[in-house]
Amino acid sequence: MALDGVAAHQRPESDAAERAARYGLSVSGARPNLVEYIRRLWQHRYFITEFAKARSTTKYTRARLGQLWHVFTPLLNAAVYYLIFGLLLGTSRGVPDFIPFLVTGVFIFTFTRNSVMAGVKAISGDRGLIRALHFPRAAMPISAVIIQLREMLVSMAVLAVIVVAMGQVPRLHWLLIVPVLLVQLLFNTGLAMWAARIGSKVSDASQLLPFVLRTWMYASGVMYSIDIMAADAPRWVQVVLDVNPAAVYIDLMRFALIDSFTSAQLPPHVWALALGWALLAFVGGFIYFWRAEEEYGRD
Amino acid sequence: MTEQRTEDTTERGEQAAPAAEAAAAEDRRPTVIVDDLHVVYRLRGAGAKGRAAPAAKEGARTRLKRFVTGRQPKGGRQVHAVKGVSFTAYRGEAIGLIGSNGSGKSTMLRAIAGLLPPESGRVYTNGQPSLLGVNAALMNDLSGERNVILGCLAMGMTPEEARAKRDEIIKFSGINEKGDFSSLPMRAYSSGMAARLRFSIASAKKHDVLMIDEALATGDRKFRKRSEARIRKLREEAGTVFLVSHSNKSIKDTCNRVLWLESGNLVMDGETDEVLAAYEEFMSS
Repeated sequence: MALDGVAAHQRPESDAAERAARYGLSVSGARPNLVEYIRRLWQHRYFITEFAKARSTTKYTRARLGQLWHVFTPLLNAAVYYLIFGLLLGTSRGVPDFIPFLVTGVFIFTFTRNSVMAGVKAISGDRGLIRALHFPRAAMPISAVIIQLREMLVSMAVLAVIVVAMGQVPRLHWLLIVPVLLVQLLFNTGLAMWAARIGSKVSDASQLLPFVLRTWMYASGVMYSIDIMAADAPRWVQVVLDVNPAAVYIDLMRFALIDSFTSAQLPPHVWALALGWALLAFVGGFIYFWRAEEEYGRD
Repeated sequence: MTEQRTEDTTERGEQAAPAAEAAAAEDRRPTVIVDDLHVVYRLRGAGAKGRAAPAAKEGARTRLKRFVTGRQPKGGRQVHAVKGVSFTAYRGEAIGLIGSNGSGKSTMLRAIAGLLPPESGRVYTNGQPSLLGVNAALMNDLSGERNVILGCLAMGMTPEEARAKRDEIIKFSGINEKGDFSSLPMRAYSSGMAARLRFSIASAKKHDVLMIDEALATGDRKFRKRSEARIRKLREEAGTVFLVSHSNKSIKDTCNRVLWLESGNLVMDGETDEVLAAYEEFMSS
């Protein structure tokens, strides 16, 4: 149909814009400025937490063992890595308290890995909700990370039991767990927002990401001691391995929990590194995500 | 056959003479201005949701470029769902949207609501338009009650407001008429019950610009009557109401203006009776 009527409607854009301005209309779905965006996000804080709660309680509703999987999953993970790296490959050489060392590494890395994986699907997996309702889209990756935080807290309880069972005694510096987790949470949220924007545009990202994350895990000293393994490596390799944010968070948590893991094994300026990475990831990720706010409904 | 009728559509949205506009300014305040709106869906691979295999015909280089820049490919399969629609809606109007399946009605409403970004053109609105769709996503593993709370929070209510509205919403949906369904997970619901609950949640809030997508068609006759009454009430509170429906009767009962879309083009825009008559003639020919 060649439609004269429609052609006649195509007035110059400035006319519509001018009339819109005169009557105080605004562009529908336009991205609000950063301050307004944060305000709206704050207004939806209850939605974010309720959505996270709903998601994590429904995760295992169809499984027979139900919520027990929140505990079994980290336990089984630790068991598999112990079997492979502790018993078969013997990476435990030279590491005292290897089981607490390994399990801490696995759990801390899993927190970051799962946050990124959840982030990459946060927008693309819930397009129905996004096309149906209005809310700041950053609510999706943030609540995805809150789900991971809930699982991480269960994992930390499991970890505490394992560590105590392996002969560590709870001490005052266990309190360091709280700041370490908070800083890592900030870091993970930032990464999840980066991942969410990339995943919303490039659906291949969720296929590629597991390989990237696995490479990262093997480079982060999860199941071996970087100091021992990289002892003969060039200086710059040691530095790169040491400033790797995942390794920083893992080492800090080991330092908090394990007596034989002393501050001598931490890289220099470790707290500054931990906080710097977290702020960089979070601020950068938030702004990067916000800049595409109006496009998230699109395929 | 459509072309001679489009003449009057051009006049209607305009009211271009400044003097007339000034005189009519009070009761002719625009609430929605749609300016040459185009909406394009892009499909990758075989899957409609874009999660499936990457496009085979795309070169590795363009694919890499797209991956790096995050930009959409300009080629590939596209569905041009809305092709340059312009109109202005005014306060107090109830506008029906008609057209055969796939003519772009729902897509246009989503774009007006700001839920689908336009390919080109602009949509200006007064405040935040709300779209009441029957397919507002809810979580199937959660109970009806939890879904009510979640839906209310997503619309920006506080937990107190959401809890206060909960019983009223469940009562309105009527899902508890056949036993205590509100505490069962939604996957135990029939499709009609789920649709009724969704509509009840979405209509629990006041709206400035309200858009209703086929919501009247959900549920049995009893619920339809109740929801029509609810829509009339919402219309009195709202500035402008849009209604997508395949039932000419409900359009006739609720709307004073009708837009007729066909394959993404605005065919006709005018008084309800006039447009409906033309539409019926078109459909039977």
